[in-house]
Amino acid sequence: MSHEFEPTILAFVCNWCTFTAADLAGTSRMIQQPNLRMVRMMCTGMVDPKYIVKSLLSGADGVLVSGCHPGDCHYINGNYKARRRVKLLNEILPQFGIEKERVKLTWVGASEGNEFAATVNNFINEIRELGPMEARSMAVI
Amino acid sequence: MATTAKIMIDGGNPIAAVQDFLRGLMENESIGGVLVPMHLFGKGIPMPTLVTDPKQLSGADPLAPAFPMNSAKLLARLTRGQSGERIAAVMRPCEIRAFVELVKLNQGSLDDVILVGLDCMGAFDNTGYKAFRGDRDPFETTQDFLGRIGNGGADIAQACKACEYPAPENADLVLGLAGADLAGHIPVMASSPRGESLLNGLGLPEAESANGRDKALAAMIETRTANRDEMFERTRAVTGTLTDLSEYLASCVNCYNCRVACPVCYCKECVFNTDVFEHKPWQYMGWAKRKGSLKMPTDTVFYHLTRMAHMSMACVGCGQCSNACPNDIPVMELFRTVAARTQESFDYVPGRSLDEPPPLSVFKEDEFQDAVSHMA
Repeated sequence: MSHEFEPTILAFVCNWCTFTAADLAGTSRMIQQPNLRMVRMMCTGMVDPKYIVKSLLSGADGVLVSGCHPGDCHYINGNYKARRRVKLLNEILPQFGIEKERVKLTWVGASEGNEFAATVNNFINEIRELGPMEARSMAVI
Repeated sequence: MATTAKIMIDGGNPIAAVQDFLRGLMENESIGGVLVPMHLFGKGIPMPTLVTDPKQLSGADPLAPAFPMNSAKLLARLTRGQSGERIAAVMRPCEIRAFVELVKLNQGSLDDVILVGLDCMGAFDNTGYKAFRGDRDPFETTQDFLGRIGNGGADIAQACKACEYPAPENADLVLGLAGADLAGHIPVMASSPRGESLLNGLGLPEAESANGRDKALAAMIETRTANRDEMFERTRAVTGTLTDLSEYLASCVNCYNCRVACPVCYCKECVFNTDVFEHKPWQYMGWAKRKGSLKMPTDTVFYHLTRMAHMSMACVGCGQCSNACPNDIPVMELFRTVAARTQESFDYVPGRSLDEPPPLSVFKEDEFQDAVSHMA
């Protein structure tokens, strides 16, 4: 795969855990690749599947959904709901050639700045290998 | 349930026999009305009609091979809240299954309704029905259709050809048309306690059993399942990439008829009708400039993928989406193919049981670990 391709990754992160971890990673000056665009949500439980679908159709090569570890959700169970929704998309999107790897759900707690940086870097590398999303090269979508 | 009775057919007219049966229901029990497809005009298609005067049942024809809409949504209207009276609804299996899904979403209720299900021989789509009927009398048309069952049949809608649920589930009373001798009698079975008490009160002659019904149903299911699997393969072959999917939907004009016709597209207000999609002119210009052009209306593939995320878990395969499509896009094929996989992955069969909650309305703490990545 050509390494000229630089992926665009959209991340929907929860305010209470992963966003705090991202903040920590930043203030700790951890090295992160600049391919990520982050959207702070109050909870992964409010990430509607259509946000993910729209992202992939509109130029994102991968979508990261990241929130609190099971049992840690600020709203008690939003992350469990997110898990079912990502599972649903995992079944729908591959039927149209959208690789499962492009939609990732991870749990990154507020104190895990290093985990966040590693997750971001690894995900970007993975998508760089996988190549661009088909929608990018389509004239009509 | 034990009780099986006979609806006797006089003069080779099963439609009249079913009408009589419905009259009996209305006269014998505390049933205030019947929702049943009726021929209301000389022309046109039989429409679901709420009948409160038994005399008017002479237009009723639940055996007609027409299926203009899935009546689950209509029954939801009639049962959400109190009318003060109990009604009966004569429905196809897919209508009952869709209704069960709506009941789970609190959009309808089974409390005051007796569901009369019938073994479904399938139906034409709207244009197919009109062509089949021609200028004939609507009842004669139904008779003609019934006569063709088992004799090479008729060219029913693809959704019906691929439907593996010809027998009604979760009905109170079942008209066992499959394998029935339409010159003799139609067996009617009670399949719930209230159905049983109702049936016992009708004073119909008892039948030994629904002779040959199981065999006829098994044969139908076998043929239809094979047809369904072929349909899945055919659809997968032409929708395997995003480009293919866009081409599949190329003549979609964003009319959203498939959503309106869908009995289980449950949102009271669809996001695609809200100002979320009221974009500004400068936004369109910006999007067009990114690639040099922008198809209008926009968001066609997005709309269909969103619909799949919303309704595929509850899709009963009734085919009304395809029936409603003004440009003959085989949307039913697409939605059913996707739904087969989503429903399987959540081990969910829509309409199977009231005790199974819609998968996206619940969760368990320890499940679907495969959906979670560990990237650090």
